[in-house]
Amino acid sequence: MTTKLFGEPVRRREDARLITGQGRYLDDIGSSAHAAAFVRSPYAHARIVDIDVSAAMDVEGLLAVYTYEDLVGPMAEPLPVLIPHPQLTHPRTGYPLARDVVHHVGEAVVMVVATDRYVAEDAVGRIEVSYEELPVVVGVDAAREAVHAVHDDVPDNVAARHHQETGDVEPALAASPHVLSFTQYFERSAAMPMEGKGVHARWDDDDSSLRVYTSTQASTSVRAAIAAKLQLSLEKVEVIAPDVGGGFGVKIVHPWPEELLVPMAARMLGHEVKWSEDRREHFISSAHERQQRQEVTIGYDDDGRITALDVHVWHDNGAYTPYGIIVPIVTATQLVGPYVIPVYRVQVESLFTNTVIVTPYRGAGRPQGCFAMERAMDRIAQERGLDRAEVRERNLIQADQFPYDHHLTFQDGRPVIYDSGDYVGLMAKLKALVHWDSFEARRAEAAARGKHLGIGMAMYVEGTGPGPYEGGHVQVLGSGKVLVSTGLTSQGQGHETVFAQLVASELGVPMEDVEVVTGDTRRFGYAVGTFASRAAVMSGNAVALAARGVKEKALRIAAEVLEVDPADLEIDEGLVQVKGTPGASIPLRTVAVLSNPLRYAFDEAAKQATQFAGPGDDSKPPVAAGDAPGLEHTDYYSPVRSTFASGAHAAVVEIDPLTWEIDVVDYAVVHDCGNVVNPMIVEGQVHGGVAQGVGGALYERMAYDRDGQLLNASFMDFLMPYASEVPDVVIDHQETASPLNPLGLKGAGEAGVIPGSAAIASAIEDAVGRRIAAMPISPTELYDLVRSDADQVTNSHPGVLA
Amino acid sequence: MSIDTDRTISVTVNGVPRDATVPVRLLLSDALRHEFGLTGTHVGCEHGVCGSCTVLVDGQPTRSCLVLAVQVDGHEVTTVEGLSRSDHQGGQVLHPIQEAFRECHALQCGFCTPGFLTTLAAGLDARDPAVEITEEEVDELVGGNLCRCTGYANIKKACRHAAAAMREEATR
Repeated sequence: MTTKLFGEPVRRREDARLITGQGRYLDDIGSSAHAAAFVRSPYAHARIVDIDVSAAMDVEGLLAVYTYEDLVGPMAEPLPVLIPHPQLTHPRTGYPLARDVVHHVGEAVVMVVATDRYVAEDAVGRIEVSYEELPVVVGVDAAREAVHAVHDDVPDNVAARHHQETGDVEPALAASPHVLSFTQYFERSAAMPMEGKGVHARWDDDDSSLRVYTSTQASTSVRAAIAAKLQLSLEKVEVIAPDVGGGFGVKIVHPWPEELLVPMAARMLGHEVKWSEDRREHFISSAHERQQRQEVTIGYDDDGRITALDVHVWHDNGAYTPYGIIVPIVTATQLVGPYVIPVYRVQVESLFTNTVIVTPYRGAGRPQGCFAMERAMDRIAQERGLDRAEVRERNLIQADQFPYDHHLTFQDGRPVIYDSGDYVGLMAKLKALVHWDSFEARRAEAAARGKHLGIGMAMYVEGTGPGPYEGGHVQVLGSGKVLVSTGLTSQGQGHETVFAQLVASELGVPMEDVEVVTGDTRRFGYAVGTFASRAAVMSGNAVALAARGVKEKALRIAAEVLEVDPADLEIDEGLVQVKGTPGASIPLRTVAVLSNPLRYAFDEAAKQATQFAGPGDDSKPPVAAGDAPGLEHTDYYSPVRSTFASGAHAAVVEIDPLTWEIDVVDYAVVHDCGNVVNPMIVEGQVHGGVAQGVGGALYERMAYDRDGQLLNASFMDFLMPYASEVPDVVIDHQETASPLNPLGLKGAGEAGVIPGSAAIASAIEDAVGRRIAAMPISPTELYDLVRSDADQVTNSHPGVLA
Repeated sequence: MSIDTDRTISVTVNGVPRDATVPVRLLLSDALRHEFGLTGTHVGCEHGVCGSCTVLVDGQPTRSCLVLAVQVDGHEVTTVEGLSRSDHQGGQVLHPIQEAFRECHALQCGFCTPGFLTTLAAGLDARDPAVEITEEEVDELVGGNLCRCTGYANIKKACRHAAAAMREEATR
C-alpha cells in the first residue's frame, strides 16, 4: 500500500539544494548580465528641476542612462492601479521613473546600466539632480489635518472612503446599557524578506522574445504587465520566479518600476540586464504596512455581551495606491473576529502621506483589526470586572451557527460568511495550553522575584484562500515521472513538497516520482499569485483535481488493456492493478506510453505504442473524438468565496521594573487551518508568523522624521527579532475542515502574525495596570507610561519620531 | 575599472587553490559569488548585521560583505558549498548541521540558511563533541544571524540535533 502522505510531516524536497548552496535566487542568475542601479530621490516631496548626467559620462563601463524622458508609449504612463475599487475615488500611482514631482524618499528618478554594479553605482554617484522642495506630509494625523497635500489634486489627502455597516449603529449604541470609546495607533513595519527584490531580463533578438526572472509572488501578472507596457505579444514574454528568498507580501505588488525598466533596457541594449535591490533600497522604495489610527466605540450589556460596534479607521496608504484599498478593507472586515456583533459600522479613510507605499505585509490589515477588537474585549472585561477569557467566551460565535454570515463584503468582493470553525474549542484549548486559570500563582512567584508578570490573549478569524482561481497541470511521462505545475509562486512555503504530497496521494505514485514546478509561465500561464494564505487552498486543490483527472484517464486506458471495468482498478505505488487480484496489473508509466498512439519508436518504451505493436480496433480512430493524446490533465479550483481559518494566542510577559525591558516568556498558539496536509510545514509557518508578531509588538517600526526621511533604513537600526527575542512557542492544533473545497483546507501562512500585538499589549497591561494605546511599545515608552499620571498614554507621536 | 586598482590574489576556496585578478574594492561576498561562481553565499544587508553572507576564513566565521577580496589573499575560505565532505566513494557527506537543518525543518526560503550553516558548522566543529550541548551554547551559536521565516525554533532544534549526532559519533 502506498505510504500515507496527506497529513504527514514529510521532509521537504526543496532542502537538498538549499542546504548545499545550490539554490537559484535572482542574483544567482545571469553572471554575464549588465547591472542596473538607480538614482533615487533624497526628498520626500520635491519638484525635479534638472537632471545633469554629464559627469557620469566619463565613467568607464557606463552603458546607458535613462530618465522619464526616455520612456515611450505605455512606459511613459502611470503604473497600473492593480485593484480598482469604486470607493477608491482618488487613486494615484507613480511612473517607472519620476516625472516632474517625487512623492517619497527612495522614488526612482534615473536608471543607470553599466558593466557591473560597482561601475553603475559610480555613475549614479555622479548624476546631479536638482530639486525644489515641497511641503511634506508624514503620519496619519498630519495627513488628516491636510495642511499640506501629498498630491496637488487631492487637497484632503483622502484616496478612499470605505464604509460598511450591518445595521443602524447609532440607535443601537444609544440603547446599549454601557458604551466605551478609545483611540489607538498602530505603527509601520514591513515584510522585510532576507532577499530583496530583483529582476533579470534577457532579450532574444532573433526571436524577438523576452525572458524575465523576477523575485515575485505573481509571475503571470508580471508577464501580462511587461507585455502591455513594452507592447509585446504575450507569447513573446516568459516570466519565471526562481528560488525566492522570502516575500511576506511585499513581492505581490507588481509591476515594480524595476520589473519594467530592466526588461526595457535589456531589449534596447540587446544584452542581459540585472538589478538586485540592496537593503537600503528595500527600506526606502519597497512597501511598508500597518500604520493606522483607530477610534473604537463599543456598546455592551451588564454581562459584557456586545450590542453594537462603531469603528473609524484612518489608514496611512503612503504616497501611492497601486494595490488599491485591500489592506484597509481587510482591517474593516476582519476586525469582527470570532464574535457575534449585532450591529457593526466601520468607516475608513485611506490617506496619502509622503512615505513609501503601503501594501500587504503578512497579515495585511488583520493585525490592526485584531488589535482594535481584542483591545475592546479587554476594556469590556476591565469595565465589568470580568475575566478576559470569559468576556470573549460570552461573545463567541457558537459551533452550531456555521455558516455564519457577517453581512460584510470581503477584500475579494465576496461575502464574509464563515464556512466552519469551533471558536469555543479554540478558547478551551488555549486556556489549558497556557494554564490561564492558574496564572495568579505564577504572578505572585514573579512578584516575589521583583518582576511584573502579565498574561494576555487574543483571538482572530482569518479569511484565507480567496479566488478568483488557481490551476494545476499533472502529466505522467513514459518514464513514470509525474510532472506537476501550477502558476502560483513559492517563497519558502514548501510548495514543491506539499503539492507533491497531494498529487502522489491522489494518483497513487511514490512521491519521489513527482516533480513540482511553480511560478514559471512557461509551464503554466494562468494564475493569480501567492498572497492571503491561499497557496494550499487554491493550488493544492487545483493540483489534486488535476491528479484526479489523470487517474480517471489512466484507469480508463488500463481497463481497456486489462479488459476489466475501470471501477475494479486501483493505482498503488505507480502500478494500476485489479483490486484483490495480484498480478493483473500494468505500470502507470506503460499506461502513459499507450495514451499517446505513435508512428515512431523514438525509444524502447515507445515501441509499445506504435501502429504495428499489437492488435487494435481498426474501426475506431487511434485517438477518440473528444479525447487527447498523453496522460495529462489540467484543472482549476475556483472558490465561491474565501474560507475562514481561526486561532487564539496567549502571551506571558515578564517586565523588569528597573529597565522596563519586556520579555515574552511564554507564547501559546491554538491554530485551526482546516485539514492539515503537512503539520511540520504548518508549524513552521506559525513559528515564523509569531516571530514577526513579536517583532511588530515590541521592536519594529519605521522611524520617519517630519521631513519624510526614514531614519532607520538598515538592519542595524530597524530591529527585527534575532533568536534571543523570540519566545518558545507551544502549539495546539484544531482541525475544522472547510466545506468549501475538495480537500477541506484553509490557509495557514499568515495566522501566526495576526494576534501578536493584541496579545502582547494585553499581557503588558495585565502586568503594569496601565492602558496601552499604541503598538509597538519600547521599554522607554513603557517607563514613560507607568510613571505618568494619565491612565492612557500614546506611546509615541504616531508616525513621526523626530 | 582601471587596471592599476586590480590585484591578483591566491586563495584556497573550499580546499581548491584559486587565483583571481580583482579590483581592490571588490567585496569578498561579490568575489565568491561572481568571480568564483559560488552563489551559495547570500547577501542580505551589505553591512554585516544579518549574517547571511557568513563564510569561514581560516575556519573562523566571517561576514564576507565586510571583507575585501584582497584581504583573503593567502588565506583559506570555506563557503556553504564546501561544508560537505567526500566520502571516499565518490559521494558527498553532508555536515551534521546540514543534515539536521533538513531533518528539523530549520529552513523555509533558504536565503539566510548558508550563513547559519557556516556559523553553526564552525561552532559545532570547535567544541568538544563528547560534551552535551547546553541551551546557552545553542543560543550563543544561533543568536547572531537574522532569519525572517522560521522564528528560529527549528534552527535551535537543528543545532541541538547536530550536536547530538556529533556526540554519538564521537562516543561511539
